[in-house]
Amino acid sequence: MKQQHCLRQMREKQKGVIVAVTAKGELGRRIRDMGLVAGAEITVVGRAPLKDPVALRLKDFTLTLRNNEADYITVETEGD
Amino acid sequence: MNDTLTVALAGNPNAGKTTLFNGLTGARQHVGNYPGVTVEKKEGTCEFNGDKLHVVDLPGTYSLTAYSLEEVVARDFLVQERPGLTIDIVDASNLERNLYLALQFLELGIPIVIALNMMDVAESRGMRINAGKLSDLLGVPAVPVVARSGKGRSELMEAALLAAKAQQNRQPLEISYGEDLDSALEEMEPIITRAAFLTDTYPARWTALKYLEADTQILDKGRAANPEVAGQLEKIVERVTSHINTTMETYPEALIADHRYGYIHSIMKQDILQRDDNSDRMYLSDKIDKVLTNRLLGPACMLLVLMGLYHFTFAYSEVPVGWCEALFGWLGGVADAGLPDGLLKSLVISGVIDGVGGVMGFVPIIMFMFFGISILEDSGYLARVAFMLDRIFRIFGLHGSSVMAYIVSGGIAGGCAVPGVMATRTLRSPRERLATLLTAPFMNCGAKLPVMVLLIAAFFADHEALIMFVLTLLAWAVALLAARLLRSTFITGESTPFVMELPPYRLPTVKGLLIHTWERTWQYIKKAGTVILGISILVWAMMTFPGLPDEAAQEFVQQRTAASAAQPAAAQEIDTAEEEAELSAEAEALQEKLDSIDKQEAEAALRNSVAGRFGTALEGISKLAGFDWRTNIALVGGFAAKEVIVSTLGTAYSLGEVDPEESGALPETLAASPGWSPLVALSLIVFVMFYAPCFVVVVCIAREAGSWKWGAFSMAFNTVLAFGLSVAVYQVGGLFM
Repeated sequence: MKQQHCLRQMREKQKGVIVAVTAKGELGRRIRDMGLVAGAEITVVGRAPLKDPVALRLKDFTLTLRNNEADYITVETEGD
Repeated sequence: MNDTLTVALAGNPNAGKTTLFNGLTGARQHVGNYPGVTVEKKEGTCEFNGDKLHVVDLPGTYSLTAYSLEEVVARDFLVQERPGLTIDIVDASNLERNLYLALQFLELGIPIVIALNMMDVAESRGMRINAGKLSDLLGVPAVPVVARSGKGRSELMEAALLAAKAQQNRQPLEISYGEDLDSALEEMEPIITRAAFLTDTYPARWTALKYLEADTQILDKGRAANPEVAGQLEKIVERVTSHINTTMETYPEALIADHRYGYIHSIMKQDILQRDDNSDRMYLSDKIDKVLTNRLLGPACMLLVLMGLYHFTFAYSEVPVGWCEALFGWLGGVADAGLPDGLLKSLVISGVIDGVGGVMGFVPIIMFMFFGISILEDSGYLARVAFMLDRIFRIFGLHGSSVMAYIVSGGIAGGCAVPGVMATRTLRSPRERLATLLTAPFMNCGAKLPVMVLLIAAFFADHEALIMFVLTLLAWAVALLAARLLRSTFITGESTPFVMELPPYRLPTVKGLLIHTWERTWQYIKKAGTVILGISILVWAMMTFPGLPDEAAQEFVQQRTAASAAQPAAAQEIDTAEEEAELSAEAEALQEKLDSIDKQEAEAALRNSVAGRFGTALEGISKLAGFDWRTNIALVGGFAAKEVIVSTLGTAYSLGEVDPEESGALPETLAASPGWSPLVALSLIVFVMFYAPCFVVVVCIAREAGSWKWGAFSMAFNTVLAFGLSVAVYQVGGLFM
């Protein structure tokens, strides 16, 4: 079963597909410039020692973003 | 070709732009700044088949928006300087995202060749790229290269020279952004063309697109160029935006990005890229990250790396720094022997030689620091440091990378803020960077240590290690809190988004490291050097002029004559004795007496100098923190370099110039002086830690921040802050003592 939730709630190693990015302005631009747009597949690689920021693997590269930035991104994951 | 062709190198960060630039230009390059901003401008020349080319390495960007300085600089260069050709360096192992920028170049209509870099990496990951097909679909050449080894470089340059001729009038690429935006563009384009609105710099459709993206730079330019047309366009954009907002719950900027990725996706689907089946396999980088960003091992490794960087910068540079000091010591000796006593000699030795020596003394440290940081940056480790520390530094309005500047400046006691301030160049967030470089000088640099050691030895000799440790913690606390304060007063604004790439680990190339290190060091010598020499002479003049009035000077001459006349035999012996020769007890006594008169004269002269008068005049205020005029003069001298405080205190207490490393009788003199107490010492330590940085640092701050305003700000802000803290220590402490 597919589930939609916020990127912040994803577990380590979990895969998902981005459904929507609601950030505006500079943050929204930065997020999209890096290829985080609807339809992109992501995997949570890990989190920093203090649980924030989070590292994501996109198709061919890894990027990081803060939890409060991840809040603007909705993902769809395969339910457990 | 008669005119030199200008070739711009553009592309994403970490795509290998600089490696290609170094490969093309070799040592024929120099680094400057774009006018008015602190973004580095790298230029060089290269020869290919007899043609001389002018190569410009643009800052690495992911996009061409107006949000970051790098992007504005890059696109302004492309549309205003109109280079004959732009080479877009694309990381072939990460093709899809890199094409996002390439697409924007195509939309801009500039002549362009795509360099498919890192083909070797792509192949090792089981990716096969059809460069010919890509070239056909995009309508511009796409040449596979490996910038590290130079493979494919001459093919690339050949294609570049051809394209520069063939693409002079290439039409901008037009892609569809969906029905709503397309019809808006169709409506706007004729208005722009008819009014010749910004058309001398930008293609009409591109301007329309930027209006839809609400690009602040283009909107401002438009309003300035033709308010009427600008108003018309803005009205259309407003209408479409609200329509899209209600029907699709999104906005034009997001929609445009979606369609660009859609376009790239449709290209990629046409057999551009074939992957071997094991595309899920873990790359080497991920394995390394399992350890280096691990919850427990990560911070431990980072601590080791940062300590290693510190050790490398300061311990290994000691030997060449020693050579520099020896050279300038020798020069000083030559001048001392060759010039007659007097003002000229004093100027040459204390002003010029010490000044130039001061500039050069930092050079080895700066070189080692940049070499060390380049390794961390080029290998990709620096991004991991920022990743791990972001959570902590964000609280204070800083960036994870701020830690480098702090450590080098003296976060581990004994650093230096000159390379520390320069280390902030690795920070790409402007506000965080400014806050870092303004607060890094609060750390306990190597020049503050002799002052602390002197005061601790005089008043707290039993607890030296403990106090030094507490002072290091205090420096961190004040630097971080001051950063927080700055970020909520003088440098306000949202924190820059952290969205950041973690590039794969790579082995840095020796050539790249050496060029990088040398460029930055040379920039310091050239730009900072001249200013520093000038200020050094100014400080010398402040501490020398106007000298003693004639009657006072005469009095010291008389004292000397009287002393010699009282013991004619001893005076005779001193005059005729060889240097270093043993003196009789009588002559020794006379010599001591004469020296003491000299030292008293030096004290009187210092008190009468501009700096001395300044210090005396400020005594009324400085008393609040427990400082008398002698301390004030020493603090003025400390603006030249903090360790000068020790030698100036020596002069002010009639002890002659005191060597900061061996302060001799000074601690006992201070401990016995009536104006001093442990509380005064504590107050002075606090003041020395936090007041105006030495002028070499001020010059570096002004250069790195891009304005003398910030140099002046750091002097004023730090001094006010330090004085406030010192007064608090002295007054509150006075209640208990």
